[in-house]
Amino acid sequence: MSSDAVTFSVLGTTAALFEAVGPMTLAAQRRIWALAREAQTWPEVREAVPGMNNLMLTFAHPPRRLDVLDALEARLRAAWERVQPLSLDGRVVELPVIYGGSGGPHLADVVAHTGLGIDEIVELHSAPVYPVYALGSHPGYCYLGGMDPRIATPRRQVPVLSIPGGAVSIGGAQTGVSASTGPSGWNTIGTTDMCFFDPLRDPPALLQPGDSIRFRVERVIR
Amino acid sequence: MIQILSSSALATVQDLGREGSLRWGVGTSGAMDSLALAAGNLLLGNDESAAAIEIPVFPFRVRFAEDCAFALTGADCAATLDARPLMPWSTYQARAGQLLNLGLPQGGAGRAARAYLCLAGGVDVPSVLDSHSTQLRGAFGGLEGRALRKGDVLRAGAPGRTARPSGIGLVPPALVLPLQVDGCAAMRVLPAAEYADYTPASHQAFWHTAWKVTPQSDRYGYRLAGEALESVAPVEMRSHGIVPGVIQVPPGGQPIVQMRDAQPSGGYPKLGTVIEADLWRLGQAPIGSRVRFIETSWDDAVAALDEIRAWLDETRRLLALHHGLGCDLRNGA
Repeated sequence: MSSDAVTFSVLGTTAALFEAVGPMTLAAQRRIWALAREAQTWPEVREAVPGMNNLMLTFAHPPRRLDVLDALEARLRAAWERVQPLSLDGRVVELPVIYGGSGGPHLADVVAHTGLGIDEIVELHSAPVYPVYALGSHPGYCYLGGMDPRIATPRRQVPVLSIPGGAVSIGGAQTGVSASTGPSGWNTIGTTDMCFFDPLRDPPALLQPGDSIRFRVERVIR
Repeated sequence: MIQILSSSALATVQDLGREGSLRWGVGTSGAMDSLALAAGNLLLGNDESAAAIEIPVFPFRVRFAEDCAFALTGADCAATLDARPLMPWSTYQARAGQLLNLGLPQGGAGRAARAYLCLAGGVDVPSVLDSHSTQLRGAFGGLEGRALRKGDVLRAGAPGRTARPSGIGLVPPALVLPLQVDGCAAMRVLPAAEYADYTPASHQAFWHTAWKVTPQSDRYGYRLAGEALESVAPVEMRSHGIVPGVIQVPPGGQPIVQMRDAQPSGGYPKLGTVIEADLWRLGQAPIGSRVRFIETSWDDAVAALDEIRAWLDETRRLLALHHGLGCDLRNGA
């Protein structure tokens, strides 16, 4: 892959953002994880934070001059060319899910959008092993890859002000599980009672990039 | 110990923020006006980063349950200690039983939005993931991970009578490091990745018109109102890391500036980022006020950080110099 296929930009003097251009793939994400692991060791980097086929580097100290920033960009591009993709060899965590009912208030909207039946949606949603691409949004929240495009459903026109932690939802072509109570624009189709985050645990998040989630059907409420 | 007497929510315990936990999905939190927090701590001889109470809604009242030195910074709230009027950006000694009252912020259109109550030794709450700041979404940090409530009791790290003189004051940074355009508070901005995807008219509007701070503005983000910003073509984004200061443009074209409680990732196009050195200015812009943006360069943005560091260092030096003399630094002594 040529280094033309990446972009580099700054987020003020706080961070830089490195993005792989092109289709969103697990292969590119495995290189992002490898790049994050390497960049985390650089003295100017406070934190290397993977996103979806991109990487944010927060600065321990902002580069003093523009040419120092340019040097960091060159170093990132060179490392990107060189890194070997990390293998997807993390843990697979199984989450029991109750689909539908009061814990899955928008399952009917997914039915309406996709034209599929509840059983079909549950089967398609619970079939894959979903790799954790990145953490973000809120403490312990995982961005997952690998959802079957047949159950993709657009985000809601009006976000829900508060959905509880453990809500399993679909937003566009992605699926995820909220780790704590908060607003969401996604369609909630079920619920799980797994605890994804405990600030007093080390590490505080249950899952990290490279781990995977499998949803096990505990019950379907029609 | 102090007891919170106001039922007005939204006051929280904050320090300079939580660094190093973005990889777990944990945003930074921290004081909206980091200069006010740091300066208040310096006035008391605390670590710059000690925890304090950030107060965005007034009036706000606390009772001192024991003797304790304190400092007030940020918004000038016509504060009183029992009947005695207090100067903003100053330090005082409270006696057990005294009542501190913070009234409405003064200063008309130029008023600040948030006051900071710093206590000797800092507000003593447990450190969670290397910070005392309240993480509201994660419900940890600060006091039980939530905003303060009437009846809450907070402990000072070093209560009692202080040897430091009472009544010492600072000239606020808004006066020492002013930045305004056409009478509006201004912030310097570095363009971000999607800047070039916006129309020339949008660039013009962004840099050359005033942006109103809407009522939907809080510690998570400032939603601004003005001319709708339009991209040349639809911009497709993937979730990526963001930081406080990032200016996102949702489909409606009205920008949202991410503030200290912002989530650590986002997926809207980014026009620019309010530089770290100026984010406190926006954090103090009240709802209903108008703000302006100034395009800046990397080197100038770094120099602005140096300027703040120099102000804090000079403040620390002057306070050390005047320690024990009882002089007011506003007198230029």
